[in-house]
Amino acid sequence: MTGKLVRRVTLADEDDFDGWRDAARGLAAEAIPASDVVWQVGNGPGDLFAADAPPPPAPPAGGGFSVPRAFLDLARNVVLHSDPTRFSLLYTLLARLRTEPKLMEDHADPLLRRLDLLAKDVRRDIHKMRAFVRFRELDDGGTPRFVAWFEPDHHIVRANASFFIDRFASMRWSILTPDISIHWDGKTLEEGPGAAKSDAPGGDPIEDVWKTYYASIFNPARLKVGAMLKEMPRRYWKNMPETALVPAMIAGAQAREAGMITTARDAVGGNIELAWAALRDEAAGCTRCPLYKPATQTVFGEGPVDAQLMFVGEQPGDQEDLAGRPFVGPAGQVFDRAIAEAGIDRTAVYVTNAVKHFKFEQRGKRRIHSKPGAGEIEACRWWIDQERMLVKPAVTVALGATAARSLFGRVVTIGRERGRALELPDGGGEAWITVHPSFLLRLPDEAARAAEYARFVEDLRVAAARVGAD
Amino acid sequence: MAQLDVQQKLEILADAAKYDASCSSSGTAKRTSRDGKGIGSTDGGMGICHAYAPDGRCISLLKILLTNSCIFDCHFCINRKSSNVRRARFTAQEVVNLTLAFYRRNYIEGLFLSSGIIASSNYTMEQIVEVARSLREDHHFRGYIHLKTIPDADPELVHQAGLYADRVSINVELPTASGLKRLAPEKSEGRIETAMQEMKTAIVDTADAKKRYKSAPRFAPAGQSTQMIVGADAATDGDIVAKASTLYDRFNLRRVYYSAFSPIPDASTILPLKRPPLMREHRLYQSDWLMRFYDYTPADVVAATDQATGMLPLDIDPKLAWALKFRGSFPVDVNRAPREMLLRVPGLGVKAVGNILSARRWRRLSLADVGRLTQSIAKVRPFLIADDWRPLALSDRADLRPVVAPKKEQLELFA
Repeated sequence: MTGKLVRRVTLADEDDFDGWRDAARGLAAEAIPASDVVWQVGNGPGDLFAADAPPPPAPPAGGGFSVPRAFLDLARNVVLHSDPTRFSLLYTLLARLRTEPKLMEDHADPLLRRLDLLAKDVRRDIHKMRAFVRFRELDDGGTPRFVAWFEPDHHIVRANASFFIDRFASMRWSILTPDISIHWDGKTLEEGPGAAKSDAPGGDPIEDVWKTYYASIFNPARLKVGAMLKEMPRRYWKNMPETALVPAMIAGAQAREAGMITTARDAVGGNIELAWAALRDEAAGCTRCPLYKPATQTVFGEGPVDAQLMFVGEQPGDQEDLAGRPFVGPAGQVFDRAIAEAGIDRTAVYVTNAVKHFKFEQRGKRRIHSKPGAGEIEACRWWIDQERMLVKPAVTVALGATAARSLFGRVVTIGRERGRALELPDGGGEAWITVHPSFLLRLPDEAARAAEYARFVEDLRVAAARVGAD
Repeated sequence: MAQLDVQQKLEILADAAKYDASCSSSGTAKRTSRDGKGIGSTDGGMGICHAYAPDGRCISLLKILLTNSCIFDCHFCINRKSSNVRRARFTAQEVVNLTLAFYRRNYIEGLFLSSGIIASSNYTMEQIVEVARSLREDHHFRGYIHLKTIPDADPELVHQAGLYADRVSINVELPTASGLKRLAPEKSEGRIETAMQEMKTAIVDTADAKKRYKSAPRFAPAGQSTQMIVGADAATDGDIVAKASTLYDRFNLRRVYYSAFSPIPDASTILPLKRPPLMREHRLYQSDWLMRFYDYTPADVVAATDQATGMLPLDIDPKLAWALKFRGSFPVDVNRAPREMLLRVPGLGVKAVGNILSARRWRRLSLADVGRLTQSIAKVRPFLIADDWRPLALSDRADLRPVVAPKKEQLELFA
């Protein structure tokens, strides 16, 4: 060692803010650098080389120099931290404040940043103690006493006592921790030495009722384990009776949610007609995408709600928009003729569109059909999904690329997927894809049109034959 | 039917209450029981969550129904008349005892009491008020009380509820009138809003009186809140944000809670089976936050939605979505930009912005300085200019989104 004079400060307790403040004031008044000061608590082993160090100078009369209030607030919290360097870090900051009086306003300063984080740890620990202390009732000779065992991360118990007095002033209570115990008798607070978990009562009959509450208030349909762990880290669990239930609650959650959905799917009530009508009425006011503005009205699906076969087209055309019914325009007439030829009873099938409003461009007096975009298809999927859930058809036929995109949630190439059974992604049953009847109307060549029409009828026949096939 | 004991009733009536999102014990007046009479305290701040359930929700209050019997038949509600759920009913005394037993053991901050409607709206409201009266007057309970009031009840009863409670709430239930008509045919938007209006008037009047006369009674010092269900009707995120903002303005609400519709046992067929992603609820809360603390207008949030679908993106937060749509407003200079522009920078929170403003009065800030004031420098970097940093390549990239969007595994597991 050099001949440098090392000062040693002995604080009374781990949370001795007043002792730290008095010593720091005296040291700072004499401009003693932080590296020359050793801080220790109680009669700990301390620094061997500082064994003969002189005590710190007495604080100057009149309080010495002034520091911002923000510093004192910070120091009061940081002193409670378990980090052994906290006293020294705080003193370093105090010494710098003499030459940098505005330092407390610069939270990007690395030292202040570090102390801010220590203070944050302490505030959080104080908050978690208020939250997670669990009292157990003890019959203590007639009048009950409520006793808790808690293991804080930092030296916060004394600082936190007033919270429990404010709240439980008329109760007799004790909070036992490894380093210190506090006892309230209704009038005064007493301190005692640290305790062991076994010094606290092992149980309380009300804990069973509390666990019942904890298990029942949990919604298994929305499991978010990460969010729980962020706010209630595992290290606190051992002293919280309800956490014993958590693993089983998580394990059972998905099964419970699946059960709810299955029950709802199977137990189709007599009100399905009502549900469909209510849905149609709600759709009449749909503003989910901008197409509702120029269009005349929403064109909802139609047909029996227990239909086994559902046809999904692209969107209403000019005539459908005016009539408010799907498949009544020129393409609808082609469709009617084709399903009749395919041997399908038109009154037994449900017909609807992927997009429920007519999208068009105005050219003079004419409204020219315009293809719906991905966003419009997506916005309207809400309705078709609801329709499909209510009707639950055994077989769904997508007429054209827009319908296929809506049903499968992705771009589908008709040429590649046509003519074979496909599985709908959401467990919605079997689907087939074919062309939209308007495609047939647009073919200029008569022979090609006849061939494509025959192929369309054949597609419909094959799909319809799948109903009840397996 | 055999008599149910209190624990069995609790199982049924807590289960029935779990679809209410709010469990907050925040924002009320400061109280203690230092006078040695009674029990309880409130700190006037954010309240305390005494436990968390695996659904990630805070458990702050004993949240129960007085009864889950109901004469209404709202399709989204597990307690509707036509549901086959088991029914139970607490007496007022049982609720009082349970609240005090839990409170003494430091399990809860107080009580959140709601109820199915039995006999009549007035009768039900009387029972709810009786629980709060007994806690406050017989037991001098100073903890938090949140009462769900019933829109059709006598205004005098609703007024009494406000005198005992810290917070009162009425649920608007659904964001659209057409959704309410379909899913809760017996409720009316008009009646709900009239009740909220009356509540607002009472809160404002008594707060005024309190300013002038110290002896004036307190009335719901933590204000009123409401809840709407997300994903059960056709409302888009844009619709919901607009609705919430109207509610905040018209009724001075403290909070609008969102509850992602989730499947319930014994669901009505009118209800959709598929629930919306939980992430949707989260994005709505984030946009609520932007409007309450970051000076975003409802129009700003709507601008962050997809124009065709009206929905907020699920993979990135609404603040980032807004920034990516308005690339021209960035980068922002940390050493010169006004507060309102710093608040628009993705990754800078209100506190970080405050710290930047305070620090830059004394010196110029580098990127490392900003890094010490915020969680993630990677997120803010493309949008910021600092003393030693210009995001040249990053801010000109056409495809910034994949660079700044969170990686897939950071998304919620079950979203």
